[in-house]
Amino acid sequence: MEHTGAPRTGGALEGTRTQPLVRLCGITKRYPGVIANDAIDLELHSREIHCLLGENGAGKTTLMRILAGLAKPDAGSLVFEGRPVLFRSPGEALAAGVGMVHQHPTLVPTFTVLENLLLVGGRRCAGEPWRDRGSRSRGLLGRGFRLPRKEAETAFGELAQRLGAPVDPHAVVGRLPLGQQQWVEILRALWTGPRLLILDEPTARLAPQEAAALLASLRSLKDGGTAVVLITHKLREALQVADRITVLRAGRVAGVIGPERLDAVRASGAEEPALLESEIVGLMFGERGVSAEELELAGAGRARSRSTTGRAPAPALPPTPVVLSVRDLTVAPRRQEVGLHSVSFSLRAGEIFGIAGVDGNGQKELAEALAGERPVRRGSIVLDGRDVTKAGVAARYELGLRFVTDDRLGQGLIPSLPVSLNLMLKRIGRPPWWSRTGRLSRTALLREAERLIQAFEIKTPNPEATAGALSGGNLQRLILARELADRPRVVVYLRPTQGLDARTALAVRRRIEEMAAQGVAAAVISTDLDELLSVCGRIGVLYRGHLLEVVENDGPGVEYKIGGLMVGAPMGGRLAAGADLDGDGASEELHNRERAANHELTSQPDEPTSQGDESTPRLG
Amino acid sequence: MSGILSPEFLSALISGMVLAGMPLLLAGLGETIGEQAGVLGLGMEGYMLFAAYAGFNGALYGGSPWLGLLAGLIAGLAAALLVAILCVWLRLDQVVVGIGLILLGEGLTSVLHAVQFGDTSPRLPSVPGLAIPGLSRLPVVGDSVFSQPVIFWLGIVLILVVHLLLRSTRWGLKVRAAGDRPEALDAAGVGVTRTRFFAVLVSGALAGLGGAYLSVVSSGFFWPFMTNGAGFMAIVLAMLGRGRPVWVGVGAFLFGACVSMATALQLVGVDVPTDAVFMLPFLAVMTALVAFARRSYLPAALGVPYRREGS
Repeated sequence: MEHTGAPRTGGALEGTRTQPLVRLCGITKRYPGVIANDAIDLELHSREIHCLLGENGAGKTTLMRILAGLAKPDAGSLVFEGRPVLFRSPGEALAAGVGMVHQHPTLVPTFTVLENLLLVGGRRCAGEPWRDRGSRSRGLLGRGFRLPRKEAETAFGELAQRLGAPVDPHAVVGRLPLGQQQWVEILRALWTGPRLLILDEPTARLAPQEAAALLASLRSLKDGGTAVVLITHKLREALQVADRITVLRAGRVAGVIGPERLDAVRASGAEEPALLESEIVGLMFGERGVSAEELELAGAGRARSRSTTGRAPAPALPPTPVVLSVRDLTVAPRRQEVGLHSVSFSLRAGEIFGIAGVDGNGQKELAEALAGERPVRRGSIVLDGRDVTKAGVAARYELGLRFVTDDRLGQGLIPSLPVSLNLMLKRIGRPPWWSRTGRLSRTALLREAERLIQAFEIKTPNPEATAGALSGGNLQRLILARELADRPRVVVYLRPTQGLDARTALAVRRRIEEMAAQGVAAAVISTDLDELLSVCGRIGVLYRGHLLEVVENDGPGVEYKIGGLMVGAPMGGRLAAGADLDGDGASEELHNRERAANHELTSQPDEPTSQGDESTPRLG
Repeated sequence: MSGILSPEFLSALISGMVLAGMPLLLAGLGETIGEQAGVLGLGMEGYMLFAAYAGFNGALYGGSPWLGLLAGLIAGLAAALLVAILCVWLRLDQVVVGIGLILLGEGLTSVLHAVQFGDTSPRLPSVPGLAIPGLSRLPVVGDSVFSQPVIFWLGIVLILVVHLLLRSTRWGLKVRAAGDRPEALDAAGVGVTRTRFFAVLVSGALAGLGGAYLSVVSSGFFWPFMTNGAGFMAIVLAMLGRGRPVWVGVGAFLFGACVSMATALQLVGVDVPTDAVFMLPFLAVMTALVAFARRSYLPAALGVPYRREGS
């Protein structure tokens, strides 16, 4: 194991100020074809926020699933409070005091908030530190037959207030906005009063304001004595809250940064954090070295390029013609959807138009309505002067309207068919690949497939391999190849880099920009605000099926403005309390720590000081 | 047609409705619990046939209808144990196992019946009713409703019990979570397999009671294929009831009324072809499906075996 010896971390040996709450020793977990965890050692302490950083597939989630009783390690041992343990189910882990907030939703959507919590029961551990005063919830402890709704409601009130989480206990979870659902997930993980709280990418689907509020309450939880593990790939987020950082790479510990180092960095000037940042990026990406592009992904570079090239509207160029104009588009909601309400916008040739919003605010509805996969109740879609509102998918494809879906294996491809046929799915029956009688010309098909595979760098053993066997990145390349082939005019991208590793994500963004340079208009619908800020000229915000204000992406402050719209509060409105919005340098952060709890958002955005690097860096 | 609203007709209609509706009610409640937990009890028909046969034997040799009902409950439980092992524990396809159970129930009980009672065709004495003081003297409902055997009242109470079980107990919460989002139940630290397993057993026990009611109380003897689609009707009832036992009860007695229509009409001498009248319950099912199927709500994970991801 190299974790303490990694030269880059310098004196980053973990200081054993206290006996660790949890010690993981040599945890190994293999899946067919991959070693997800390779002899990982890790120590987690009470009163600490421990950040696990790493690329996608580095093994962060697997490691924590083992700790939460969701997966069995192939080798290694777990020591909890000095006692060796083995959690065979989440129930056992919960009983021992390990709560986990998962990346994907794990609430029953048809239940109320309270019912979801009651499902967990009330087996609280002894010594729960932050509900010690007047804990009258004894009735919850009983595993009796009747549901202790009243007692639970009281306990919920206390807990929600302590966390500053404004959630209605009687609301049906499936109808709550995603940000609120995330709070419920956290409340549920805390319901039994765990000693250790694990959060897997909790801010991935939140607006910046909500994310900041969440991080603030994690700090108060920590101060109350809980050990917190935060899995993230946002470096800046980690630097903001972590007391200790462990970087994983390819299933191994690449390095540990201890509290002394982090404290020192926060205390020193503005230069030091940047140094630490690039060091951590180095640990994450390893021997491959750190390219300028990866640094850009890590935040520092990107912010600079944004403020210099400044995505500002280029007034010198004459406006290009409008290729797509959407007027008053209204779509009926399906189960657990919000639908679309009078959405209007237009795209010019070569423009990249971003559509931001917290997940579940009409993104899928909009994308599918544009692609022709969903009936429109009212409004019109005009492509190159032709009304295509009533046209089907095939007709729109023909006219150059393309759709890159986020549901790659479902809506996007037929996993059991070969790559070659998947590439041609939308041109089935057309010459020269099919004869007039409908016979397929294998040679013509293969020629075209090989051309696309080469042009889009799809890694597949051969064109006849089944599409389902490709990796996530290659699936996306396949879909891009199909949709961008044959003279596209307008491309709708739905969460184009969702679930892709940093390199592929970057390549996809480059591809979007390349196409735009060739005059193809793009509508990028994404929940990743940083992504939109890096590629789009204008950004609109979807909120509950309405397209709110369209904002010019012209420099500093845009992020806050969009963030405010994403949570449904226009600028100046009072947002979630307790949020320290920016990541404006770690030292500043340290200063703000005390007053973070009752800091008001509205005081932040206009300050010109918090400009340059406010974007939260993303690494994958 | 003068006798159509006569006391005799209504009385016969209502008592026939109870006789035919009770098995549907019990099986429908059982199916509701299984479906809420995410396990489709397609083999209802099989449970009921086993239970009807076992119940008949229990009552015949035990000499008491209660022993018959108990035997039916145990038979249903045993069949459900098999289904639970195959579908919940070993995660086999619920449709395949369900169809298998139906065929097994039909075949096995037919053969056993032929071997055992092929020549004798014994009958059970009719089950004595419990005359409720005062109420049993009322016209029409006195004879038909307030002189029913005790098991009828137990069935009515069961509607309430199942309702409370599903709505206001932790067990009910677990069952509904297992059917709607098993991952959530798992993440909440409750075993999905265990929850579903017990739900299937309870479901089988209730269906067993329903089957035994058919042979012990309703008809007094057993013949092959005697359920005549009651198991399937119970499935439809559970789906239309959307997990609400009261609606399952309402539906069961409505279908019961359709079944008893034929006898009641004959009683008052209205000459309608019996074949046409026997079609009534099935027509009613189809009408109900066409009218309400859009509103039927099925648990999201119904019929999907649960396997924890990447464990």
